Amino acid sequence: MKTLAIDQFVTHRGTTRRDFITAGGALVVSFSLPGCAVNAVTAGAPLPAAGAPWPAVIDRAAIDSWIRIAADGSVTAAVGKIEAGMGIGTAFAQVVAEELDVPLERVTLVMGDTATTPDQRGTGGSNGIMEGGSALRKAAAEGRAALLALAAAKLHAPVEALRTREGFVFVAAEPARRVAYGDLLGGQRFDVKVGDHPKTKDARTYTVVGKPVPRFDIPPKVTGAYTYVTDLRVPGMLHGRVIRPPEAGAHLLRVDGSPTIAGLVRVVRKGDFLGVVCEREEQAIAAASKLVVEWSRPAAFFWRDYDELYRHLRAEKPKASKRGDEKGDVEAALRMATRVLEARYEYPFQSHASMGPACAIADVRDGGAVVWFGGPKPYPLRKALADLLALPAEKVRVIWMPGPGSYGMNDADDCAADAALLASAVGRPVRLQYMRAEGTGWDPKGPPIAFNLRAGINSSGGVFAWDYEARGFSGRVRNNGTDVAGDTLAGQLVGGHKPKSTDWPQFSAESYRFPNARKVSHTIDWNRSMTTGLRTAHLRDPDGMATCFASESFIDEAAFATGVDPVEFRLRYLADAADIAVVRAAAQKAGWQTRVGPRPRDGGRMAVGRGIAYAPRNGSVVAIVAEVEVDRDTGRYRVRRFTCAHDCGFVVNPLSLKGTIEANLIQGMSRAMHEAVRFDRSRVLSVDWLTYPIVDMTEVPDAIDIVLVNNRPEARSRGAGEPSTRPVAAAIANALFDATGARLRRVPLTPEALLAAMKA
Amino acid sequence: MGTEQLITIQVNGRRESVRADPDTPLLYVLRNDLGLTGPKFGCGLAQCGACTVHLDGKAIRSCLTPVTTAQGAKVTTLEGLASANGALHAVQQAFIDEQAAQCGYCINGWLMTAAALLESNPAATDEEIRRGLSGLKCRCGTHMSILRAVKLAATRLAAGSKA
Repeated sequence: MKTLAIDQFVTHRGTTRRDFITAGGALVVSFSLPGCAVNAVTAGAPLPAAGAPWPAVIDRAAIDSWIRIAADGSVTAAVGKIEAGMGIGTAFAQVVAEELDVPLERVTLVMGDTATTPDQRGTGGSNGIMEGGSALRKAAAEGRAALLALAAAKLHAPVEALRTREGFVFVAAEPARRVAYGDLLGGQRFDVKVGDHPKTKDARTYTVVGKPVPRFDIPPKVTGAYTYVTDLRVPGMLHGRVIRPPEAGAHLLRVDGSPTIAGLVRVVRKGDFLGVVCEREEQAIAAASKLVVEWSRPAAFFWRDYDELYRHLRAEKPKASKRGDEKGDVEAALRMATRVLEARYEYPFQSHASMGPACAIADVRDGGAVVWFGGPKPYPLRKALADLLALPAEKVRVIWMPGPGSYGMNDADDCAADAALLASAVGRPVRLQYMRAEGTGWDPKGPPIAFNLRAGINSSGGVFAWDYEARGFSGRVRNNGTDVAGDTLAGQLVGGHKPKSTDWPQFSAESYRFPNARKVSHTIDWNRSMTTGLRTAHLRDPDGMATCFASESFIDEAAFATGVDPVEFRLRYLADAADIAVVRAAAQKAGWQTRVGPRPRDGGRMAVGRGIAYAPRNGSVVAIVAEVEVDRDTGRYRVRRFTCAHDCGFVVNPLSLKGTIEANLIQGMSRAMHEAVRFDRSRVLSVDWLTYPIVDMTEVPDAIDIVLVNNRPEARSRGAGEPSTRPVAAAIANALFDATGARLRRVPLTPEALLAAMKA
Repeated sequence: MGTEQLITIQVNGRRESVRADPDTPLLYVLRNDLGLTGPKFGCGLAQCGACTVHLDGKAIRSCLTPVTTAQGAKVTTLEGLASANGALHAVQQAFIDEQAAQCGYCINGWLMTAAALLESNPAATDEEIRRGLSGLKCRCGTHMSILRAVKLAATRLAAGSKA
């Protein structure tokens, strides 16, 4: 493994990566594979001193905070985003190579280290390219301008006579008169600010951005060389495990004070927080299960089942209500309607269920803390950990390392906080990895929502009233990350920490234009959830799969009720040209057969159907056609094919986008077909892959066809991390209706529910 | 946990001695004592396959396999899947060619299971490959590219064995 130092990349003037390591300083290092720097520690190297103060803020206005050119011409780019496994590190390298005019393989990315990279709040909301890419583009453009100015002096030529290519500035008329970037800067800082409107390249001239570039992170992933947070070992490190309350709301009464357990270093108890620290990992696992603990038996406050939960959501007085798009007078229109269509939709708690339970390594001593973790938002977490440990933020450093995919606010932040408490108690670095039951049973969940929908149909068969009501637990508990201790499980279990949760309304986003329309979102209080495995937070495309499932399924119901083909219905009522374009593109690519109502039955056991759904998301827009095959005798079904029309503007790397879209569709399919967190009145019962089943290889489609729409240099690049998840459940439900005539209105769309609906 | 003892196993062609409780799952010895972090902890319940290694060429779940089971057997981890001269295994190369990874945390399980599957059934059909890989989890949903990659590797292995 080749390593290079990146530590104090911003603060050490003139320190190149290589001379830094020979200087024997400190030793956060990374792979030298281009574009995929991974923050890690060299074996045997001293740790970054836990007490060191780190800059409170990395100056986002300085080129040097984003781009650094070493004397050898290699480029390091820093960004306040992280690689979530979709290839964004490669895309960032493309942006920098393009704008700076350096070879792609000379660019290395540094991401998510609060001490060395600008705070962009981390990754979330599919904003990596929009925020991280755009900041890097501007800094690189400014950097290139600064290099041109330096070269003008060195080459005795006016800037207008100069060009850049492959890491050199040269005189256009005499290409042999040239100077390398590394020689211009000599490893020194730019010391130039990024202007408000740096002159960036014309996107139509791009040669690197927009091209299919193989991801830099994949070769080390398939050889085992890629270092995840779980693979990090630091000198003197101990192993921790935590013990969670057995029932929701249970308090810790008593712990056996002096257990004789092999390798046990410490039992750590703070309020209801309980953990063990041992010499070896398997000892910590054994210790956590052997510890004799007494918990209180609180009154049960979950629900018997989902029927009861959805009744609760519909009956409870909201803590907040918000009105969205409103037009005309819906109540009056519904009274005048010749026919009113009503339907109730329901979407369950779902788990992030990351592939590995969260892991973090914390070193808390000498009045400071260094924490390595694998979640998407290290910058807010730094504040939360400072809050939890009662330290100033300058004394806390959070270093992101690749973790298992998080898909939002998974258990990563909780694990970092737990590890910090354990490390603080023993004064040595502690590695904590959750067990599967904590990963699935205790991660914050995507929230459940119950929907009440109505449509009014007038005498000429048109839909002229649309009434959307969502009643859900808020899933936006941690809007921009975890930035106070009260929003971590540790903070809640220790007690005395208030959450800073923010609620967010749950609106569908489609652009249908009905003459009378109303959208209302009621947030139902779920404060008692904060210490349980049913507390909520963002799960990929927060609320988007749920709201789109309800809304786009009901659109299909309206199409059927008014005797219109589902694609034709959408085209008739949609307002936005981009939305219309993807619906058309998906239908065309899928070979959509126009028909009203379900496909006529041929009497055979197997039935085939297709359904469409579409969704806009923050400037991106996606339409999906699902084709299903249903066994009428059993209700079992398979999605045979997805067709996805995808508009996220100009695509930086079409190759990695393809992988991202395919994965979104399969994960969305898994959530639509299989996933609902199980619980009884006092416990979360989904604790592993048997009790929280997800999709397997026998179920995935034969093909996924992708059409990129609006992929042109003039179109602003938008997010793609989440949008294609959004319409999946609705597209499948609509296809099942087309195949069978049965309408499923509750996720997961199980064979049992389908069979029951077919018989009804 | 009982008492620690000296245990010798053969991993990736090397003899390794570690001091551990005989009940210790092989996974922890590989990762923590031998520094072989290709195999991952995913569930500790043999439900996901992230910890898969080869024991005498057969894909097994190292999270529930006691280290003593590996005594006298040949253990291969992801780090040992490539040939000694550094050439990648056909499955590894195919995963790169098909860009078959998202976060990649589970990818060890797919690579090791697919390699063992194609070793025992080089002419595996689509259905056999799907069934052979059905015991593995991938939360990101990378299945489509993984399936393409395994089929590509099968095709190349078949072509190679004919040549």
